[in-house]
Amino acid sequence: MNPTSIASKVRSFLTSFVQDDDFEDSDNIFELGLVNSLMAMQLVLFLEKEFQCKFSNEELNLRNFRSVDAIVTLLSSKAA
Amino acid sequence: MFVDYTPEQKDRQSVIRDYIDRNINPHADEWDAKEEIPRTVFSALGSEGFLTPGLAPQFGGSGMDSVTLGILMEEMGKASVSVVSDLTVHGMCVEAIQRFASDPLRDHYLPRMAKGETLGAFALTEPDIGSDARNVKTQATPVEGGYVLNGRKKWISFARMADLILIVAQDEGQPSAFLVPRDTPGLSIKPIRGMLGFRSAMIGELQLDGVKVPTDHQIGTRGAGFSHVAANSLDFGRYCVAWACVGLTQACVDSSLHYAQHRHQFDRPLRDHQLILEMLANMITHLKAARALAWRCAYLRDQRDPASITETTTAKYFSSMVASKAASDAVQIHGANGCGPDYPVQRYFRDARIAEIIEGSNQMQQIMIAKNGYIENRKALKRMRTPASQ
Repeated sequence: MNPTSIASKVRSFLTSFVQDDDFEDSDNIFELGLVNSLMAMQLVLFLEKEFQCKFSNEELNLRNFRSVDAIVTLLSSKAA
Repeated sequence: MFVDYTPEQKDRQSVIRDYIDRNINPHADEWDAKEEIPRTVFSALGSEGFLTPGLAPQFGGSGMDSVTLGILMEEMGKASVSVVSDLTVHGMCVEAIQRFASDPLRDHYLPRMAKGETLGAFALTEPDIGSDARNVKTQATPVEGGYVLNGRKKWISFARMADLILIVAQDEGQPSAFLVPRDTPGLSIKPIRGMLGFRSAMIGELQLDGVKVPTDHQIGTRGAGFSHVAANSLDFGRYCVAWACVGLTQACVDSSLHYAQHRHQFDRPLRDHQLILEMLANMITHLKAARALAWRCAYLRDQRDPASITETTTAKYFSSMVASKAASDAVQIHGANGCGPDYPVQRYFRDARIAEIIEGSNQMQQIMIAKNGYIENRKALKRMRTPASQ
C-alpha cells in the first residue's frame, strides 16, 4: 500500500474519532489534545486490524503515533 | 449484530453453569466469612480451562471468544464476584505477558498460569494514588542487569496468594511495568481484612524494599507501563467486571423473585404487593439493559472494533451501577432476612459497591463516556444552531 493511501485511511479513522477534524498530517495529535489514552488504544487496534499487522513493544511508542505522517512512516517501514 | 448465543456457546454455558453450581456456589458464603478461597479452587479452575479463558491455546489457554468469556464471568459473578476478582487480575497479568513480554517469559510463565501453578495479580494502586494512576510513586531504578523497585502498593486483589505480580512503577519518571515473582527478596505482602465487599478476593498490601528484577522483567518499553500495558489490562478487567455485574444482578433477581413468591405478609405473598413489583420490574429491566450492553461489547471485541474500548467503559459503568441498585433493592425486599447471614443478598449488596470502584471508579468511567459523547455526536453538534442569546 502506498503512503498516500495509508494516510487517507488513517486520516479517515482519526476524523471519525476526534471532535475537531481541522488538523494537518504533520500536526501532533496528542499535543493538540485530539487524542486521549483510550483513543490511543483505539488507534492501535484500528491500525493492527486495518493493515493486518502487529506492533512490537519498540514500535508501540507514542512518538510513532503522534501524527498522520508518523503513522505512515511506521506502517511503511513495516511493509518494507 | 450478535443477538443470541450460538449452539456451541450454549453448550459451554451449560458446562460452566453446572461446574459453578457444584463447585463455587455452595462455598461462596463460607469463603466470604473466612475471607479466603482455598488454592485448590484455582488449580481446579485451571484444569477446567477457566483460569485463562482468553489465553491462546499455544500457551495452554482456552482461547475463548469474547462471548464465551462473558458467559463465564456472568455465571461466576452470579456465584461469587470475589472469585471473579481473582480470575480477573490473574487474567490482567496474563494479558500483559501475552501482549508485551518477551518470548522466553511468555513460554515460561503462560503455560504455568493456565494450569494454575502460577497465579498472577496486578498492582497499580498505591496508598496515595488511585484514579491518578499515571503518577504512581513506586520507583524502579535501573541497575546492572535489571531494576530495583521501592515503594508500596495497596488494595491489590489476590495479593495474598499470587505468585507473580505485575507492578507499575516510575522508571526515570516514566510509568513502566515490571513482573515481580512473589519470592523475590525485599517483597513483603500484608493481608487486608475486614473489607466491605470482595472479602474472599484475598486483597493485600505490598511493600517493596530494594526488590531486584532482571532487565527482561520490564514488560513493554519504558513509559508504556500505563498507556499500553496497564490500559490494555484494565480494558480486559472492565470487560470482566461488566459481565460479572450482569451475573450479580441476575443473582439479585433470582433471589428476590423466589423470596417474593414464598414470603407472605398481610396474608399475601410479597409478589402481590405493588411496591415490591415495582422493585422487581426495575431490577429485571436494568438487568436486560446491562446484558445487552455487555453483549454489544462482546460482539465488538470479537470484531476487534476500536469502539469496543469505549463501549466497555460504558458497560462496566452501567452494569456495576445496576448491580448496586439491584442488590440494594434485593436487601429491601428481603427485609431483616436480607441483612442477616442466612441469605446471600447482604453479600451481593457489599460486593456490588466494590464493583463501582474497581478497574477505574465509575466517576472516571463517566468522564470518559461523556467526553467520548462529544466525539460520537460531533456531526449532530455541528448541525445544531446556537441561539443568539447564548
